[in-house]
Amino acid sequence: MERDTHFVLGVYEDEDVLLDAVKQVRSSGVKIHEVYSPYPVHGLEHVLGYKRSRLPIAAFLFGILGTTLALTMQFYMMKFDWPMIIGGKDYAAFPDFIPVSFEMTVLLAAFGMVGVFMVSSNLKPWAQPRIFDVRITDDKHVMAIDIANNSAMDQEKIKEILKSSGATEVNNKSFDE
Amino acid sequence: MAHEVQNFNLDQKFDFTPGIKKSIMTVLLIGAALLVLGIVLAMMGGGHAEEGAEAGGHAFHWYQRLYANIWINNVYFTGIAIVGVFFFAIQYAAQAGWSAPITRVMLAFGNWLPIAAVLMIVTFFVAGHDLFHWWHAELFDKNSAEYDKIIDGKGAFFYWPMEKGTFPIFYIVRMVVFFGFWVFFFSKFKKIAAAEDQLGGTSHWFKMRSWSAYFLVFFAVSSSISAWDWVMSIDTHWFSTLFGWYVFSSWFVAGLSAITLAVIFLKGKGYLEMVNENHVHDLGKFVFGFSIFWTYLWFSQFLLIYYANIPEETVYFVERLTSDVYGGFIFVNIAMNFVLPFLVLMTRDAKRHGVFLKLVCTLLIAGHWVDFFLMVQPGTLGHNGGVGLMEVGMFLVYGSAVALVVLGGLAKGNLIPKNHPMLEESYQHHI
Repeated sequence: MERDTHFVLGVYEDEDVLLDAVKQVRSSGVKIHEVYSPYPVHGLEHVLGYKRSRLPIAAFLFGILGTTLALTMQFYMMKFDWPMIIGGKDYAAFPDFIPVSFEMTVLLAAFGMVGVFMVSSNLKPWAQPRIFDVRITDDKHVMAIDIANNSAMDQEKIKEILKSSGATEVNNKSFDE
Repeated sequence: MAHEVQNFNLDQKFDFTPGIKKSIMTVLLIGAALLVLGIVLAMMGGGHAEEGAEAGGHAFHWYQRLYANIWINNVYFTGIAIVGVFFFAIQYAAQAGWSAPITRVMLAFGNWLPIAAVLMIVTFFVAGHDLFHWWHAELFDKNSAEYDKIIDGKGAFFYWPMEKGTFPIFYIVRMVVFFGFWVFFFSKFKKIAAAEDQLGGTSHWFKMRSWSAYFLVFFAVSSSISAWDWVMSIDTHWFSTLFGWYVFSSWFVAGLSAITLAVIFLKGKGYLEMVNENHVHDLGKFVFGFSIFWTYLWFSQFLLIYYANIPEETVYFVERLTSDVYGGFIFVNIAMNFVLPFLVLMTRDAKRHGVFLKLVCTLLIAGHWVDFFLMVQPGTLGHNGGVGLMEVGMFLVYGSAVALVVLGGLAKGNLIPKNHPMLEESYQHHI
């Protein structure tokens, strides 16, 4: 898919200014694409209005899958496929299965969570990362605004809002993908 | 930087109103009535002499069940009290900031310790012979038909330096020393806390931290040994190497639940305004995490014994699982202390909102009583035990007495450690 995407970037130097700026920009009706910062800024996801991650649900479901798989596997093996008497117990001795089931639960919950996170974050090995500004890995916070998402608003107006909210620079950035 | 905690009333004290006292007293009286009814019924039931004779040569008397009940609740509520002090010490030793405003609630549980000490020692002298199999002189007499080589080998742990079978001086010394030090550390903490409220400054915090560290070292040893002494020695032949941690974890979950309930109760009454859902969330995580920890220890003990199937170890679970009295309670125990808390408290919202936590914590306090019931009664009463009016009544009496003492102690001091250096950090706590 060939598509040009255009962004307006506001560059901020201070996290407190950034937090206020996010509030200001959002209240003026501009939709923020994403904010990039070199370190986690406490409360940023809150002012950006992000919903809580649904990753725990995925973890729970994968965990249950792990338990089920482990129990099924062990019951099948010990009861039907190759019945063995171990320690004088029944073929299908439930307490014996618990450690393996526990490990499988943890394993699948962890793998599933990582997998779901990678898929939902578009972290595939061949993904082309968008570098908005190299300084976001150093000392600058960058607020990215997708022009296409804010078609109702004039680009110059957005730049003005960013400037007045405390951005030290306002740049344009386009990606060809 | 402006301190936002100054907006709150930091001098507030818990007002132990007659209304609260009255409702706790009502529970106590209901419990007492049930207890008396249970005792009367047990007395009328008579002493199944013929059944008792086959069990171990001793006829069963109704008061044995009363003793066993007193012992269960002694051990259980001693645990809840000492866990309050232990969790308090953990906060200081770990330099925790989030818990600063609720530390006094934890410490207040220690108020039960002096009473628990008296109850424990008195009960031991009155009921020790009926509760503990090893308190039978003939077990150590090589010429007696009752001579027991295994118990004779363990005898020194109870009787040293006296002769085995005479007077368990070593056991009593341990009990007195443990309670003595626990009460000593508790009053030390209380003294430092009172000084901090009066004088302020950080020196008290550092002092508290050092004393907490000393206490934790002592508690690490004493909690384990007291579990062997007070609970494991009931089944004198049997032993489990992780029993100390198992009992500790049961105490810890019950204590954490009690602390959480107390905090939610106080918040409901309008105290502790600076404690918000973030702090409650942290308490919920502790309850959730340690109920899994308890399950881990319970299952570790069970699985190894079940798998190895060595008669001298397996007997402990055979006695419980195959009993028509206790068999069901094993599963009740797991359901109340693992399955339900695990499923209910799994989500973040459940840990942040009082309703679910109140439910689960109440469940856990009852559940861990069942755990101690299963540790004590099969070894002391055999098939004469069970959960009846006496058990419920005694639990209510002890529980409300503890509530009276703990809340009474809480009302004496400041509710919030107003000069705690991390109070502001705690207010800003956000997860």
